[in-house]
Amino acid sequence: MAGNNALYVRRRIANIVALLLSSLATLIGLFFLAWILWETLKQGISALSPTLFTKITAYGEDGGLANAMVGSLLINFIGIAIATPIGVMAGMWLAEYANRSKLGASVRFLNDILLSAPSIVLGLFVYTIVVLPMKNLTDGAITFSGLAGGIALSLIALPVVVRTTDEMLRLVPSTLREAALSLGVPQWKLTMQILVRSARSGIITGVLLALARISGETAPLLFTAFGNNYMSLNPIDKMASLPQVIYQYANDPGEGLHAIAWAGAFVVTMFVLLLSLGSRLLFARSKVSND
Amino acid sequence: MSSPSMVNAPTLTADMAARNRRDARNDRLFAWLLAACGMIVLVTLVGAAGSTLWGGREAFAKFGWHFLVSTEWDPGTDTYGALVPIFGTVVTALIALVIAVPVSFGISLFLTEVAPNWLRSPVGSAIELLAGIPSIIYGMWGLFIFSPFMSAHVKPWLVNYMSTQPDDGKVAWIPAHVPFIGKVFTSQYPFGGGVLTAGIVLAIMVIPFISSVMREVFQTVPTRLKESAYALGSSTWEVVWDIVLPYTRSAVIGGVFLGLGRALGETMAVAFVLGNAFQLSASLLEPGSSIASAIANQFSEAVGLQKSALMALAFLLFVVTFIVLLIARLMLRRLASKEGR
Repeated sequence: MAGNNALYVRRRIANIVALLLSSLATLIGLFFLAWILWETLKQGISALSPTLFTKITAYGEDGGLANAMVGSLLINFIGIAIATPIGVMAGMWLAEYANRSKLGASVRFLNDILLSAPSIVLGLFVYTIVVLPMKNLTDGAITFSGLAGGIALSLIALPVVVRTTDEMLRLVPSTLREAALSLGVPQWKLTMQILVRSARSGIITGVLLALARISGETAPLLFTAFGNNYMSLNPIDKMASLPQVIYQYANDPGEGLHAIAWAGAFVVTMFVLLLSLGSRLLFARSKVSND
Repeated sequence: MSSPSMVNAPTLTADMAARNRRDARNDRLFAWLLAACGMIVLVTLVGAAGSTLWGGREAFAKFGWHFLVSTEWDPGTDTYGALVPIFGTVVTALIALVIAVPVSFGISLFLTEVAPNWLRSPVGSAIELLAGIPSIIYGMWGLFIFSPFMSAHVKPWLVNYMSTQPDDGKVAWIPAHVPFIGKVFTSQYPFGGGVLTAGIVLAIMVIPFISSVMREVFQTVPTRLKESAYALGSSTWEVVWDIVLPYTRSAVIGGVFLGLGRALGETMAVAFVLGNAFQLSASLLEPGSSIASAIANQFSEAVGLQKSALMALAFLLFVVTFIVLLIARLMLRRLASKEGR
């Protein structure tokens, strides 16, 4: 009996220790989240100023990030504009046409791998297929460009859009498909006009998530969009972007540049967090309306 | 004198036949278009591997297998070996896993078994928020906040108590004749970054990925199984360790590999804190270099053979992460097939 009691106590202690450790692990995670967000807020807000949005990076410590912000918006827009139609159509193909086929299964599988593939390699891929040929075709007049940056980001956004579209379409009840097909609606019309409409908010969520994902991407932009100290709206010109300027400024010894980098980091973080919050809310609402 | 329906009947069927043909043609075109878009996923993967292999062909041809084992990286003599960045990539990723796996397991245990219901959703969302923070922010935080913290508080302690060269008056916990451990914590510079710091930052970055997979698969364990164990008198910990974990083992390993794939390919956070030094050092407190950070730091200014060597590095990175992620997805799929999904 005594032995049993000792065993019981030991098991209870093991249980309590394990549960305490698991709470501790959660606290560690939350602690680092709070620490990172707090520092970004603190350092970013103290460095915020109106010149940040009005002056360009050519002025260095006295300048702002206007050209980088405009560049980021343009490059992100190009990325999303390319990734959305291709990604949505690829997702339709997976869900509606290749759902049961071997090819479809392997594309779905490889898309999941592309989702976490190193972005810097995708940047080098775009460097090889866009930047280098442009350079050779134009005798070096056009090399790095905002367009190349946008294409690189579109490859990062693509798997996100493909996956959410595929998942959302497969959630649409098959009775809807059967009803439309029995009325003689051709499959392309069924897909484009009925299924997409009923999965719309889910697909938009995917696009917003993809936008949030590419907004903070730095590595692939270093050798595609490169950077530019002046305002550039020309997509085939070198273009600055917020993450790239943050990277450049943070590695510079100048203290004033560090402050601007923190302000830029604050802007990027807010943008990304608001986007993911917005997409979450949208998704939550769409779930309710489907019930 | 015929009725309208008899007049219209042939034209109607002709109309319908024409429309049927048109619909069939449109359907075929549409299917081809969608399939072409689906193929872009494949093209991207193959293209990324192919273009870096093509770009790195000069380096591979010149150095051969020596490229993989040489520690020399010298643009002056145009000699390039990949061992230093490979070593840095692997060691930082392993440190990240050693920290992130137990912490993620703890978090998912907390979120599925320990926390009261009202707490699960907000805490889970907060942890997932970590995954949403851009890597450049981790990099800045690592460089300006965490590295100084390491050099002010953690590093002196490690050097004093764990290394073979403590400061005056301090007694090392590890005696000088113990071979390995002392070397791991020696340091020549007051630099707060380095391999250990980069590993910790990477760990924080992959925790949300690993814990969200673990949490998701823990929830798939049939309640009946867990309740049977509870009914036999198991404690919560015993249920998790003896029932939940064995049931979800393959997916848990998949989640760990997913985190490993992330950690191997991560660029920015590592580029900020690793210090970009091309040296092979056993010490975790010294600066180092990783494949991704070497590419990010050098590619824009590299020419000729150096550019080719960086491309070759990218190819190696891509192949290794591809294999790691492939294993991850296969392991994750195993549990899904067990459930009949």
